[in-house]
Amino acid sequence: MLIRQKPDIPSYEITSESHYLNRRSFVAGAAAGVALLGAGQALGSIGYAGVELGGEVTPESIVTSHNNFYEFGTGKSDPSEHAHQLTTSPWKVKVSGAAAKTGDFDYEDIIKGFTPEERIYRFRCVEAWSMVVPWLGIPLKDILAWFEPTSKAKYVEFTTLYRPREMPGQRSYFSSIDWPYVEGLRLDEAYHPLSIMAVGVYGKALPNQNGAPWRLIVPWKYGFKSIKSIVKIRFTEREPKNSWQVIAPREYGFFANVNPAVSHPRWSQASERRLPSTLFNENRMPTLPFNGYAEQVASLYSGMDLSRHF
Amino acid sequence: MRLCIQAWTFPAIFDSAFISSAAFDRAAKPVLFVLLSLPLGWLAFAILGELNAPGSRLGADPAVEVVRFLGEWSIRLLLLTLSVSSVRRIARFPKVLQLRRMIGLFAFSYVVCHFTAYLGFLAGFDLVLIEEDLVERTYITVGFTGLLLLIPLAVTSTNGWRRRLGTTWRKLHRAIYLIVPLGLVHLLWLTKDQYGEVVLYSLIFVVLMLERVVNRRKAR
Ligand code: HEM
Repeated sequence: MLIRQKPDIPSYEITSESHYLNRRSFVAGAAAGVALLGAGQALGSIGYAGVELGGEVTPESIVTSHNNFYEFGTGKSDPSEHAHQLTTSPWKVKVSGAAAKTGDFDYEDIIKGFTPEERIYRFRCVEAWSMVVPWLGIPLKDILAWFEPTSKAKYVEFTTLYRPREMPGQRSYFSSIDWPYVEGLRLDEAYHPLSIMAVGVYGKALPNQNGAPWRLIVPWKYGFKSIKSIVKIRFTEREPKNSWQVIAPREYGFFANVNPAVSHPRWSQASERRLPSTLFNENRMPTLPFNGYAEQVASLYSGMDLSRHF
Repeated sequence: MRLCIQAWTFPAIFDSAFISSAAFDRAAKPVLFVLLSLPLGWLAFAILGELNAPGSRLGADPAVEVVRFLGEWSIRLLLLTLSVSSVRRIARFPKVLQLRRMIGLFAFSYVVCHFTAYLGFLAGFDLVLIEEDLVERTYITVGFTGLLLLIPLAVTSTNGWRRRLGTTWRKLHRAIYLIVPLGLVHLLWLTKDQYGEVVLYSLIFVVLMLERVVNRRKAR
């Protein structure tokens, strides 16, 4: 699947040639990195598909140290400081609901038949900061179709690992989140070619703080939709209740599409700080509808009032 | 913070000869000044580091980091200001009252810096954004109200104003009993998860208020 951006974006938004060449070299290293994922199993060669937007790719050190992963604490550096406690092997995934192939699977058995592709996506957090991240991922559709969902499956629900022993945020008495963390997509959103299950970043296996061993990436939605460290996949007929919607239904909806026109009670969504920002150059830029992917995904929501279905 | 209060409220140390000596009178304010400046000093050090090597001390999103750091110290120093009169009563340590104005003015300074850091670093002096925030982000409206209410207290903190206002001065400065809860609500509303900090600060506030109630009852 090769997705190329139409040339109607300003040239500074397009990845420069030197970046592109640099990337080729790290993609070469990616095959080795991803092989680690499957505990030594070769996963084949790496595809080159990707939507290239946003110009500069955010440095790896920032992508792996500025994270929201409340299972490890609410500070941005808490995940990179604490996530080493997490064991990701073995990793079991429970698949249930409206599908033919359900039950307990080994993560490696699921992904061994797929070849991760590089996808450079913008990543927009609901807190009004953003990054550009080179993920390695498998089209979500390929993975979900592997479980043969039935015609009853209209939505898919994902659940993060619940393991307080290794996740200090889940042990806290002062958390308002009813662990484990849950997210969901409509099946047509999940089947959209931009949706991936990321298994790596920067040509290497996903670090724990980024949601190892695999996580969702849905680039036209706020980051909290892109649930990390997934252990459950459930196909459902009804719209799942995602965690943030349960905590604060006035602030977070099910869709959470990036939308500069609908502000959040805590943050204006009209613009964003593209990280790294510095004290004297915030690198603030306007936020685009659907995070710049409107052309590809807006049709999924035709006829819907997006100020109500936020 | 908790340790601080414990140490302060431990009466024995206040009986020592040092406390009643002239040396204490001379040293207390300068020492306190330095102590209360330390967080600002650290921040200045971090910002200088950022100028040389962005991301070195304040991470990839330094504006939020600076705003949060100053907000944190704002609420701590406001609570410290409130605790002075309780410490005086519990520890029978009347001299501590001489230090209250400095603590209060430091609290005010941190709030002003917090606001300025928001205006400059986070909002980039973008007036449209700032206006929208002040009106639509209720946690910011509440914080801003707190800041506005602090201004008359800071202005009237001098001896001259205190004399001129007489009994009105005490009434005016009771606004602090509104300002601190506003700061706590501001913090509550911007917290997304892990409410431990809000709970701790609110508990300190409640304890300080209870002490006042108990003290009044006793006085009657
Ligand atoms: C009495 C006055 C105020 C107090 C006591 C106060 C206190 C605080 C505290 C404790 C925090 C949280 C820091 C942390 O989580 O570590 C905070 C954050 C913040 N405050 Fe204030 N504040 C005050 C006024 C203001 C004003 C006037 C503004 C702006 C107009 C403001 C804007 C903010 C912002 C933007 C944040 C960061 C929110 C985020 O992390 O997303 N505050 N403040």
